[in-house]
Amino acid sequence: MKKIISLLAVAILLVCVLAGCGSNKEAVATDGSTSMNKVISALGEAFQADTGITVTYNATGSGAGIQAVQEGRCDIGLSSRDLKDEEKASGLEGKILAYDGIAIIVNPQNPVSDLNLETIAKIYTGEITNWKEVGGDDAEIVLIGREAGSGTRDGFESITDTKDKCQYRQELTSTGDVITTVASNPNAIGYASLASVKDTVKALTVNGVTPSEETIKDGSYVVQRPFVLVTKKDTKLSESAQKFFDYITSESAREIISDSGVVPAN
Amino acid sequence: MKKNRLFENIVHGIFLILGLITVGCVLLITVYLIISGLPAIKEIGLFNFLFGKEWASTAAEPKYGILPFILTSVYGTAGAILIGVPIGFFAAVFLSKVANKTVRGIIEAAVNLLAGIPSVVYGLVGMLVLVPAIREIFHVPDGASLLAAIIVLAIMILPNIIKVSVTALDAVPKEYEDASLALGATPTETFFKVSVPAAKSGIAAAVVLGVGRAIGEAMAIMMVAGNVANMPSLFESVRFLTTAVASEMAYSSPGSLQRNALFSIALVLFLFIMLINATLNFFLKRDKEK
Repeated sequence: MKKIISLLAVAILLVCVLAGCGSNKEAVATDGSTSMNKVISALGEAFQADTGITVTYNATGSGAGIQAVQEGRCDIGLSSRDLKDEEKASGLEGKILAYDGIAIIVNPQNPVSDLNLETIAKIYTGEITNWKEVGGDDAEIVLIGREAGSGTRDGFESITDTKDKCQYRQELTSTGDVITTVASNPNAIGYASLASVKDTVKALTVNGVTPSEETIKDGSYVVQRPFVLVTKKDTKLSESAQKFFDYITSESAREIISDSGVVPAN
Repeated sequence: MKKNRLFENIVHGIFLILGLITVGCVLLITVYLIISGLPAIKEIGLFNFLFGKEWASTAAEPKYGILPFILTSVYGTAGAILIGVPIGFFAAVFLSKVANKTVRGIIEAAVNLLAGIPSVVYGLVGMLVLVPAIREIFHVPDGASLLAAIIVLAIMILPNIIKVSVTALDAVPKEYEDASLALGATPTETFFKVSVPAAKSGIAAAVVLGVGRAIGEAMAIMMVAGNVANMPSLFESVRFLTTAVASEMAYSSPGSLQRNALFSIALVLFLFIMLINATLNFFLKRDKEK
């Protein structure tokens, strides 16, 4: 339902954008990954302050964003996963904007504070089902994940190599829901964008490395994924969209990107 | 005079067009659902689609069996009816026949408010209160389950059942009840042996309306049911027909079999709703003929 409402909102916004085309400066339309909300909103605000060009952002999900670029409904698509081969073959091009760490989160009451990548994979595939096997209390592990197709789930499952093998207890449709659920169940484990993790849950260290900007940047924190800007290879961006693209991939945008909790790629 | 008739005709025309807009919307949705729902069924095979026990839409070897969703929707709705109908029915009898004016006013206001609460609020309260409560009370590892969904749905259909049943009970001619009382029946006997049978098709319509609301709800149960495509079981995480469509739609890539299969699920759900509507019409028509 939420997704349907956001799709509706996209439609309405698009109408507004099209109607606004008559004005002197064209707005830049971005569309896609819900995980990129924070970073794109921050970049859009700064860009608007500098140039007066507005940037619209529709949080529809990576798949929907890629589709929007393909159909020419937006200037830049936002994807929180690498482009698939068939998407590249259909004339799309990806440019990595930043890296996002995926935090493995547990309830603050949980005594476990470090797991390695293999153990996480074993937990999610159902090989380890009790917290006592990894040094915690004697309680069944409750696996919380995201819905099929989610960028975060895709990122997590490809990093841990658990694709199609996860024995989820709950598949929730937003990062917020995952955090709320883990915060309310002492035996739950979940994953979420590091940028959106709050104090209500505890982020585990992986292979002894605390998830942070530094550890993601130097590659020592292994659970991370790219934030990709998607454009059409053979179609030129509009003048304002090109300006925005250059702006966010430039040196000066680095600070804004890292301020929003992710690690700039260049 | 002639001018008047012309004006009348124009107004009638406008009303006709407005009426046709509704019909047009229904037709558009029906045609769209059938066109976009059939390809996946054809590709997967009707039997495999409807009776397949496994759903793994993004797996390397995708499986598209929606039996778990169908059964979950049926069990969930049945459970909600089982809890919601007795409460709603007796509440309606109380409101229509027993309660005095002040009490009725207060309770009806509450029922109306309950009907107006957005489903996302039901979901949120369910997620933060009901789900942890089920975990504590039944000592299960996680409370997000079919049971949580049934309870939320039962509460959600209450206002529908109460309001329609009350209307039906209010419409029972007072002479029937007076006659029964005059023959020496107690008020309670009168309510259950005269009023309720006289209002029975209205009450049946209320139940069908409740079924329709329960089977079509997505948002609230998405937040409490856990959304894993398991075969239904009271304390397991389950996925309904509605939540199957809603949870995967946004991320499925367009034109893919996954997206098409979601449309097929929507088509199945649509057929369910049509069946329920037909049942509702049947009861209402029978009521009129009497």
